[in-house]
Amino acid sequence: MMMCKRATELMSQRLDRPLRWQERLSLRFHLTLCSACQQCDRQFQLLHRIHERFDAPHDSTREGDRRD
Amino acid sequence: MPDAAHDPASQEQQARMQRLAAVRPRLVSFARLQLRDNALAEDAVQEALAAAIEKDASFSGRSGYETWVFGILKYKILDTLREQKRRGHWQPWEDELDEDAIDRQFQQNGRWQPSARPSDWGDPEATLHNDHFWRVFDSCMIALPEAIARVFTLRELMGLSTDEICQIAEIKENNCWVILHRARLRLRECVEKGWLAEDKS
Repeated sequence: MMMCKRATELMSQRLDRPLRWQERLSLRFHLTLCSACQQCDRQFQLLHRIHERFDAPHDSTREGDRRD
Repeated sequence: MPDAAHDPASQEQQARMQRLAAVRPRLVSFARLQLRDNALAEDAVQEALAAAIEKDASFSGRSGYETWVFGILKYKILDTLREQKRRGHWQPWEDELDEDAIDRQFQQNGRWQPSARPSDWGDPEATLHNDHFWRVFDSCMIALPEAIARVFTLRELMGLSTDEICQIAEIKENNCWVILHRARLRLRECVEKGWLAEDKS
C-alpha cells in the first residue's frame, strides 16, 4: 500500500497535472483510510487558492477560467 | 467642442484613475510576494500603472478594470523575472538541504511523523478571510528558500502552468512538480505551526 509521503506527492501533482488512472485510484484509496492525509489534501487545496486574496472585489468577471 | 468635465468619456476615464489609485496597495503586495524585493516590486507597479494610464483607451471593458490592471502587472513582473534570470541573479535550487526539511515531516517508512501530522485548518472560506492566516502565510513565504518560493508563486499567484514555469526557469517539468511538492509541504508545516499556535493563545 502507498505511504503518506508518496500520497502527498500525488496530492500536490493533482493540482498541476491530470493524474493517471492508476495514480488517481491509489490516491483515492489512501485518502479513504488516512485522516492525516485528508487534512494535508485540504491544506494543499487551500494553498492552491491563495490568488483569491488579490481577486478584485468590484470586478464582475473572475480569472478562474484561465487556471488549468 | 464638449467641456472635458462634462464629457462622459472623460468622466469615466477619471473614475478609472481613481480606481487605479485605490488598487495600488494590492498591486504592490502582489508584486512583493512574487519578486521578494520591495524596490523591484515598486518599480514593476509603477510601470504597470504608467502602462494602464497610457493604454486606457484600449481597455475594452470586457474584463473587469482591476483584472485588466493585474494582467498588466503580471506581464511586467514576468519581464522583471526574465531580466533577473538573464543577468544570472537567480540563486540555484539547493536540493539536498531542502530534502531534509521535507524528510523531517515523515518517518523512515513514509508515514507522518507524529509531531508533523496535519491538523484541521477549519472552514476554508473563513481561513481565506482571516487576517491572522495571511500574516502567518506571509512570514512563511519569506522563510521559504528563494528558488522554491519563486516557482510556487509563479504557479499559485501568477497562475502559470508548470509547462510555462519550466520555460522561464529553464528546468524540467518533473523538477517543477518536485519543487512545488516541497513548497507546499514546507508551507503547510510552517503555516500550521504559526497559525494554530497563535490561534490557541
